[in-house]
Amino acid sequence: MADHKPKGISRWLFTTNHKDIGTMYLVFSFIMFLIGGAMAMVIRAELFQPGLQFVEPNFFNQMTTLHGLIMVFGAVMPATVGLANWLIPMMIGAPDMALPRMNNWSFWILPAAFGLLLSSLFMEGGAPNFGWTFYAPLSTTYGPPSTDFFIFGVHLMGISSIMGAINVIVTVFNMRAPGMTLMKMPLFVWTWLITAFLLVMVMPVLAGAVTMMLTDRHFGTSFFDAAGGGDPVLFQHVFWFFGHPEVYIMILPAFGIASAIIPTFARKKLFGYSSMVYATASIAFLSFIVWAHHMFTVGMPVKGELFFMIATMLIAVPTGVKVFNWIATMWQGSITYETPMLYALAFVILFTIGGFSGVMLALTPVDWQYHDTYFVVAHFHYVLFPGAIFGTMAAVYYWLPKWTGRMYDEKLAKWHFWLSIVFVNLTFFPMHFSGLAGMQRRVPDYAIMFSDFNMMSSIGAFGLGLMQLLFAWILIKVCILEKGEKATDQVWEGAEGLEFTHLPSPAPYHTFDTPPKVD
Amino acid sequence: MSLFRKMALIIAAISVVILSGCSGQEYNMREGVTEISREVYSLHMIAIWVCVAIGIITFGAMFYSMVAHRKSKHPNPAKFSHSTTVEIIWTVIPFIILIALSIPAVSLLIKMEDASDSELSVMVKGYQWKWEYKYIDGDDNLGNDVSFFSNLDQASRDQASNSGKWFSGTEITDDNYLLEVDNPLVIPVDTKVRFLVTAEDVIHSFWVPDFSVKKDAIPGFINEVWTKVDEPGVYRGVCAELCGKDHGFMPIVVKVLPKEEYNAWYAEKVAEAEAGPDLNERTMSQLMAEGEVAYNKYCSSCHMPNGEGNGPFPSLVGTEMVTGEGSIGEHIDVVLNGVPGTAMQAFGNQLTEAEIAAIITYERNAWDNDTGDKVQPQEIHDIKNGGGE
Repeated sequence: MADHKPKGISRWLFTTNHKDIGTMYLVFSFIMFLIGGAMAMVIRAELFQPGLQFVEPNFFNQMTTLHGLIMVFGAVMPATVGLANWLIPMMIGAPDMALPRMNNWSFWILPAAFGLLLSSLFMEGGAPNFGWTFYAPLSTTYGPPSTDFFIFGVHLMGISSIMGAINVIVTVFNMRAPGMTLMKMPLFVWTWLITAFLLVMVMPVLAGAVTMMLTDRHFGTSFFDAAGGGDPVLFQHVFWFFGHPEVYIMILPAFGIASAIIPTFARKKLFGYSSMVYATASIAFLSFIVWAHHMFTVGMPVKGELFFMIATMLIAVPTGVKVFNWIATMWQGSITYETPMLYALAFVILFTIGGFSGVMLALTPVDWQYHDTYFVVAHFHYVLFPGAIFGTMAAVYYWLPKWTGRMYDEKLAKWHFWLSIVFVNLTFFPMHFSGLAGMQRRVPDYAIMFSDFNMMSSIGAFGLGLMQLLFAWILIKVCILEKGEKATDQVWEGAEGLEFTHLPSPAPYHTFDTPPKVD
Repeated sequence: MSLFRKMALIIAAISVVILSGCSGQEYNMREGVTEISREVYSLHMIAIWVCVAIGIITFGAMFYSMVAHRKSKHPNPAKFSHSTTVEIIWTVIPFIILIALSIPAVSLLIKMEDASDSELSVMVKGYQWKWEYKYIDGDDNLGNDVSFFSNLDQASRDQASNSGKWFSGTEITDDNYLLEVDNPLVIPVDTKVRFLVTAEDVIHSFWVPDFSVKKDAIPGFINEVWTKVDEPGVYRGVCAELCGKDHGFMPIVVKVLPKEEYNAWYAEKVAEAEAGPDLNERTMSQLMAEGEVAYNKYCSSCHMPNGEGNGPFPSLVGTEMVTGEGSIGEHIDVVLNGVPGTAMQAFGNQLTEAEIAAIITYERNAWDNDTGDKVQPQEIHDIKNGGGE
């Protein structure tokens, strides 16, 4: 059968093809990444030196809020959903996602959601200014009028995520090629399957939280208002019951990506496949019982604090197993250092550093000192930027030749990598120090003893921001200008997996009309 | 090979720089001045060194493999992909390390949460954007019925608004920029002080790093935290929970005094409270002068120094409530009692009668409002105590 491809704008608007939808997700995510990044530049410009130079404090708070929301819901999550759309059918030998029409919807809801959210910047009273965690009562009683747009935006993002997750679950359970048992699935599929379960379990909780906010704001309820019998801490419990699994929603797919890339470039099978699967599942389970470690200072009973401390520390065990397994995969391998491998290795090292500060944060008595300081900012940016985002970049470099049929510019990509590594550390490492020395989060201005580290962070951030424009150029060169060598079908010498062994490069628009046989 | 050597050298150099920095006060957590804070500090240092040790072993193995097992040196990859023994080992060892870490953490936490047998209690209340301290339940007259507000000092306020545009602005050199207040919290040394932490409007967080004290101030709820300070001195903290636009501008300053000095300070405060408010009649120019100072301190961060308001905060220039016929009663009411559900607080109990009278007079006559209205402290006092106009 000819590889029929619809043409024009309707190809994209009405498409049910997993590759088109995956591409749209990735493009959308990259645009959001640049917008959210531009907001980070505003933040770092204001913090370049002490004093108020650039923006007023209320606008600064709008920038931190939108930066967080956009990066979490607009950049990282759609990027991994895009990868799931592109890769899961090709990896399990399916012709497409199981629910293609819903797939189209789950993408097109996103631009609407972020349109609502971003439009709040131009409203009277300004955009949401209460942090991405939108703690009540700052967001309910004191939020600007645009808070309602934020609430509906979050509802839409949640609907989109749940639909995407349902699609992954149904696809993985029903569309695997004959012989592709669960324990033969590539780890990326496994991590995404577990991520999808996390999503369907916690996105409704977030929807509940924002709905309660909405009724508190407009319909006279007082879920979060102590004066009416409610409790502001209830908000935090509900939010973090969503919010903690959310951090694993962002990072698990990156675990899967590293587990695909490291074996390829080490030319050796992944070490401890089954323990990787079990470790991922344990991490996901534990993520549900540790939410209150974000709330050690709200005045919980001491027994509660002890439980959440111990449970949180336990997460280090399965995470450690994963890191050791990756290193054991490299051990005695035959390693080469193409760009995807460099990113995967940087992911392992820097994510582990983020894990170290995570263990420190788990210790409740010390957490009192770290809580809401730049130490926390450093911690979660280490797991999210070099973790989730470098993981996604590794994936893009790794699979781009399979998607487009062309190799990217390896030399530029290496520049992108090395400069990003320098800048990412220059940006976020000093934050550990300013946090320990006592600089609190979410402030537009600070005491002069924090000046040096903030200046370093700002210089790093500007560099890191600039590097992403280089990334954009590398992608434009391959995808739009169609430059670059032709990729072979296997692309990388050590690549395994159906997408490399059973499909040409570029992968045809419709793959696996007849399912491949997996032995 | 040389590339890897260079990389290793660079990494080593960076780590030396970073580690050598770890001892300095600007780089690391402070040891603080209480038994608890010193234990917290040592737990923190133990945790750091455990992480550094694990990091050296893990990354050491990884870098060794990256160098020794690269394709040019090690062209034939090994075939193994599983070993139950090593997987059990690297599950169990981290487990043991974590248990070892959790033992001191558990006992320290239990100690930190035990606020019993305190000798003095101070109610700490967070407002947008200031703190109120109220002394209650003191043994031996350590404190009762004294309360006051603590605001960011005027010098920091001036510097923040004058720091101006990029690079051209005046450089800020004051060591206590954003860390100074007009009325510090004062507590006695060597005394177990319990803080009862709550808030008026949104969630704030009371954080004094040198005491290792951080507790959220939550409207409608009261949290408990305690400290016992060893050395007299001045200790500085900040609000640590995003509480709106001036979150970065609500420092905490705690002055720890020797017992006798504390008693003298406290006696003075009691006498001040007993003397009652200053209700002397003022002239227009006095009211305007006092009003400008007070307005800039308490009102300008929302309504702007030029009175024009900002976003949700209404303008005071020529608006009905300020210049309208017969609006003065409502104007006084709003300043005294606030507007529920908005950021406009009830200032009646926060400011003195003289300050409120001066602020209202100033607002009604500054910025071309020129109503000629004059409000005296006595009037405010009468309204506050149930009298009418």
